[in-house]
Amino acid sequence: MRRVVITGAGTINAIAHDVDGTYKAFREGRCGIGPLDIRDVDRLSVKIGAQVRGFDETRYFDRQQITLYDRFTQFAMIAAQQAMRQSGLDIRDEFADRAGVVLGTSGGGLRTQDDNYRAVYEEGKNRVHPFIVPKLMSNAAASHVSMAWNLRGPSFTVSTACASSNHAIGLAFHMIRSGLCDTMLAGGSESMLCFGGIKAWEGLRVMSPDACRPFSANRNGMVQGEGAGIFVFEELEAAKARGAEILAEIISFAMTSDATHIVLPSREGVARAIAGAIRDAGIALSEVGYINAHGTGTAANDRTECAAVSEVFGAHAKNLMISSTKSMHGHLIGGTGAVELLACLMALREGVVPPTVGFEVPDPDCALDVVPNEAREARVEVALSNALAFGGLNAVIALRRYSG
Amino acid sequence: MDVGAKVIEIIAEQAMIDPSDINPDHSLENLGIDSLGLVESIFAIEEAFDIAVPFNANDPSSGAFDISSVAAVIAAVEGLVRDKA
Repeated sequence: MRRVVITGAGTINAIAHDVDGTYKAFREGRCGIGPLDIRDVDRLSVKIGAQVRGFDETRYFDRQQITLYDRFTQFAMIAAQQAMRQSGLDIRDEFADRAGVVLGTSGGGLRTQDDNYRAVYEEGKNRVHPFIVPKLMSNAAASHVSMAWNLRGPSFTVSTACASSNHAIGLAFHMIRSGLCDTMLAGGSESMLCFGGIKAWEGLRVMSPDACRPFSANRNGMVQGEGAGIFVFEELEAAKARGAEILAEIISFAMTSDATHIVLPSREGVARAIAGAIRDAGIALSEVGYINAHGTGTAANDRTECAAVSEVFGAHAKNLMISSTKSMHGHLIGGTGAVELLACLMALREGVVPPTVGFEVPDPDCALDVVPNEAREARVEVALSNALAFGGLNAVIALRRYSG
Repeated sequence: MDVGAKVIEIIAEQAMIDPSDINPDHSLENLGIDSLGLVESIFAIEEAFDIAVPFNANDPSSGAFDISSVAAVIAAVEGLVRDKA
């Protein structure tokens, strides 16, 4: 079976506008959650979020691009640019048909929809800009990435709520492993921090009014974030042949469906996904040193996820570290798995495990080593990244440290 | 508006039973209302009385709004309606 490696990474999120900055924030345990700065925030009951700040779109894009790029596409283009630059790849025509891009998003161009619904419903306008459809469509980000980097093979968008990015990453991995493609860009992007995006989440009553405190007994809900994470995946031998720097190896991917409830997670379904990733990787449980948890900070998620980890790992569950970086960059919904894969990359490459910040009170239902509040130095050989979506869809990725 | 009757009507609709079958001592759980049904009932109550109910689905039993029984919900809604006036 062909082996798959990561040779480039890029991101923009609430804690930094690039990978190095994100690692630095992870090391410092810096939280990017703050008061929301969006239109009509006074009519929201949830007034905090992990917003990308200090971002001037005109610094990155020209007028024509801005006309076509919703904010979620802008984030994807910025992250893809960084990842491609790091990889040093140039997708020339002879390779282009075996190169593609799979991106996750849940809301797609939700801000564009929000702005234009406001224009026609609230402001009574009867005309909208001609490019609203190509701007709001969920595949806009993947399509613009394909055009910018000459990716002419399989390119599409996956939308499975909070598992979107992990599913996208897993599919891209499978495409290279199976021989369908040689090079894939994968990850996800989200920009739901607009009035309509937050108003819909408010309705579910699972949002925290003050902080995201995963695994802490006094947690009171999730906090939304925004941004993108994109990676370059290559077949191992091809990457070696061109002398690429290999950041890590993707060793497995597993996905399951709870088939039980539309919003409540199931321990059994999550456990099957984690066990599936271990089996697909062909590794011993004891090789897993770190899990980047889905860890949303809701009562239902954190308890269920910890129970599933305990069930799968048995005695080793107490030895491994499990943290939720959503406590810093918020929940990026369809983009979240992509930014969280960076936490795994950092643990493997830099030997530093990012913390769960905002942790205050231990919860007996989450009695694992959640790396509270401070990053920790540790040598990690294998890291897992969990994603548990509404709809009962679970997707787990395993990465291994690459040592040549 | 009779607050009690309206709350019972909302709960009965959610539980898909006749309002006359609801006993004030019933818990919403007894009536077969799960976590999603609870969130939907709270929404219906807010819409019916034009009030904001302090309720976080992460920990329904904590917070200012008592949902331990139908009677408790009615009393809590009556309080919120009074505060609004």
